[in-house]
Amino acid sequence: MRTDHSADDPKSAAPDEPPESASPTESAPEGTRHPSATTDGLGDPDLTIRAIPQRHPFRRLAAVVIAVLIAAGLWSAITNPRYEWDVVAEWLTAETIVKGLLKTLELTAMAMAIGTLLGIVLAVMSGSRNRLVSGSATAYIWFFRGTPLLVQLIFWFNISALYPQISLGVPFGGPVFASFDANELITPMTAGLLGLALNEAAYMAEIVRAGIISVPPGQLQAATALGMTNLQTTRKIVLPQAMRVIVPPTGNQTISLLKTSSLVSVLAIPELLYSSQIVYARTFQTIPLLITASIWYLLVTSILTVLQGFLERRFSPDADRPDRRRTRLRLRKALT
Amino acid sequence: MTTQPLVVAEKVRKSYGRNDVLKGIDLEVRRGEVVCVIGPSGSGKSTFLRCINHLERIQSGRLWVDGSLVGYRQVGDRLHELSEREVSRQRAEIGMVFQDFNLFSHYTALENVMVGPLLVRGEPREAVRARATELLRRVGLGDKLGAYPRRLSGGQQQRVAIARALAMRPKLMLFDEPTSALDPELVGEVLDVMRDLADEGLTMIVVTHEVGFAREVGDTLVFMDGGVVVESGPPADVINNPRQDRTKAFLSKVL
Repeated sequence: MRTDHSADDPKSAAPDEPPESASPTESAPEGTRHPSATTDGLGDPDLTIRAIPQRHPFRRLAAVVIAVLIAAGLWSAITNPRYEWDVVAEWLTAETIVKGLLKTLELTAMAMAIGTLLGIVLAVMSGSRNRLVSGSATAYIWFFRGTPLLVQLIFWFNISALYPQISLGVPFGGPVFASFDANELITPMTAGLLGLALNEAAYMAEIVRAGIISVPPGQLQAATALGMTNLQTTRKIVLPQAMRVIVPPTGNQTISLLKTSSLVSVLAIPELLYSSQIVYARTFQTIPLLITASIWYLLVTSILTVLQGFLERRFSPDADRPDRRRTRLRLRKALT
Repeated sequence: MTTQPLVVAEKVRKSYGRNDVLKGIDLEVRRGEVVCVIGPSGSGKSTFLRCINHLERIQSGRLWVDGSLVGYRQVGDRLHELSEREVSRQRAEIGMVFQDFNLFSHYTALENVMVGPLLVRGEPREAVRARATELLRRVGLGDKLGAYPRRLSGGQQQRVAIARALAMRPKLMLFDEPTSALDPELVGEVLDVMRDLADEGLTMIVVTHEVGFAREVGDTLVFMDGGVVVESGPPADVINNPRQDRTKAFLSKVL
């Protein structure tokens, strides 16, 4: 290409010619030459853009400020002896703390399981055509989302003040089959679990309901027309599709519940936070033990985040991977 | 038995609240017959189709498919509502193709075709897979078995939907405006498949705006308006010599 060019080019053919001779006759082949010149893939070397890039002074300034802050933070974390990192390391795997962690995991898992099951029931109820059935689900959600969890926890803990005896039997003064002392039945653990699970159910109900609503009605019609029963349609068509909408917020709920379970420390349940509190009440190493607990919370929430990603992919078999990449890119752009 | 019509509708009425959608439909469909139903939107033609497989409940009149009452059992002169399972069994005999395809979006093309026979009929998986593959090949999608619906064009989705309905070996196929949601250049591929089915002798009721298809493939053309059958007969007669003014007015708009 290029050699052809130089052959055609009157300038290279007669390099000694003075520039004044650039007459209209010469500029015509000059003009027609450009399109063919770009076909070599790089374009005309004279037209390659070598512009001075835009400056982003504030972006750089922000980066410098943040770098300085991080360095200062690290420096103080290393040099300030009151962090007592050795104490953190010592307690991180201590039996009390690990037992506390297991208790936290147990509370989270059980409250989430009960909450999800109850949430599904509530979601189905709120879709009922019977006003009393759907209304009572709405009322439940209204009540448990409208009052603070901490208040609910203390309430359940003190339920014996309201009902000293809890009985199984026919209501309105009928025969009683079994009766329990509320103080014995509602241990701190029961109260904590009850509080967390009942509260979680209200949130899960909304999530499940949103998932069920997200399935287009045409999917139900197609399943019905094929001859599927309601149960088959729900199990094979509605729930798998609803899961796409249900899984992401459920993952968030689990992570949130794991952290919220620290609230039951007010009921003296030896979960992760309360176990740490027991230790520092004795040793006065408050900060190191709170750091110990935080490390465990962070570790578990990180693991849960990864699991959530796996589950989301599992329930969206037809998801567009490029789409995900685009979202991630957009996110990154928004953050930088 | 075989001379008995496959579908019989007798004074079928349907209303939503005060809104009467069907005001007494009488219709007979013979075995192997292709009936095309045309009419302006809101004329009740889609609703009527959905009554035939009991997706919609009728308020009065009688509907029989293959000799049995749709959705009810007659004991003496009283009607008893069929159980969910019995209604499902009736529906399984009737294939339906929707305007918006309604493919199951979490299943591949092959899984969409397999799910009916597997779940509803409980047929063995390998046999179902073989038949589903064969059906998809027949509608020209042998290379799209593993594709999810969102990866398919509208025309391809509708052909999968037809294969899904055929997998149940229906004795009657209902098409609810099968080409209305398609881009014009994709209409042909779906109509071709439907033409083949008609040639094979499948009984079909087709609600459509494709008057050309109705004329060419249909045995009977039914013109509905305002919840009643205004006119019906051989397609060429109805299209070329409509007797009713309403039919004339409608045809002059769509032709």
